[in-house]
Amino acid sequence: MIDNAFIFIIVSILLTFVSFLLDRRKTMLGLKKGWKMFQNVAIPFLNILILVSLVLHVVPPSLIVRYLGAGSGWGGLAIAAIVGSITLIPGFISYPIASVLIKQGASYTTVATFMTTLMMVGVVTLPLEIKYFGRRVAILRNVLNFIAAIVIGLFVGLIL
Amino acid sequence: MKNIFLRNKQYLWLFGYLTVTLASFAFGFNPGKEVFGNFTKFFIEMVTFIPFLFIIVGLFDVWFPKEKVEKHIGQESGIKGILLVIILAMLQAGPLYGAFPVAYILYKKGASIKNIFIYLGAFASLKIPMLGVEIGYLGIQFTLARTLVSLPLFIAVGYFMEWYLKDRNFKINKL
Repeated sequence: MIDNAFIFIIVSILLTFVSFLLDRRKTMLGLKKGWKMFQNVAIPFLNILILVSLVLHVVPPSLIVRYLGAGSGWGGLAIAAIVGSITLIPGFISYPIASVLIKQGASYTTVATFMTTLMMVGVVTLPLEIKYFGRRVAILRNVLNFIAAIVIGLFVGLIL
Repeated sequence: MKNIFLRNKQYLWLFGYLTVTLASFAFGFNPGKEVFGNFTKFFIEMVTFIPFLFIIVGLFDVWFPKEKVEKHIGQESGIKGILLVIILAMLQAGPLYGAFPVAYILYKKGASIKNIFIYLGAFASLKIPMLGVEIGYLGIQFTLARTLVSLPLFIAVGYFMEWYLKDRNFKINKL
């Protein structure tokens, strides 16, 4: 984790430096934009960290291993895919959750499936999607992505 | 009005938590302390890379404006067209339902059905800011594996949609 942070710090400093040499005004504008985006996510992010801290305290790792771990099989995959499809968690905020799940013993397959359905399948937003694309297309897109998410999870599990 | 309420709701949750934590420490309530221990760990983890990620994202935004890419959409086809919609998607941010209005714009500009759905797939899973957070939390290996497996799959979804919808007068409505 610390190594990761180092990479981000070094890359951001390098990019800022190069950008600053190329165009001072643009660089300031970019930094301002980044800061604004950070402000937008900071509070929701803190809130989800609180929630994860709480849930982690209540839910024992053994439970996560049993239902989402390597031995959970198709059941775990189904749980991950269905929960990911139904819940509407902003992508940003879902990563700390995914990271905790893995640390607590969930398999890469279930986490990748969960993340992918979260991003690509939206049951809650389906009515909105139908307004744009029509019923048939919206449902078809979600079903295809649901299947794709499971395939992605299986392959990611195989690779890692 | 609704916005103000939402903002306050977010802060309420945070203040509520801080109050309970303070009380936990004052009265020696152990679960409260343990949860705070977890929280501190997560907080440090976040603070060490998220602000830097946003520096990168902000700079990216000014040097590679999506408007520039958007201009070329619709004219290009083949591999180039696919690459272009994927790059456009990568430059975006926000939830998937935010991509639907953009899908409408692509449709109006004459992008193919295939490319519209490839756009949606790439939007969902390849946005640069999200990849940044993913690398930070799940590591570069996981991110690479997931992206490389996802890419051909949603391109396949795009081809399938085009094949299926070709003669069924596909259209996207403006809301």
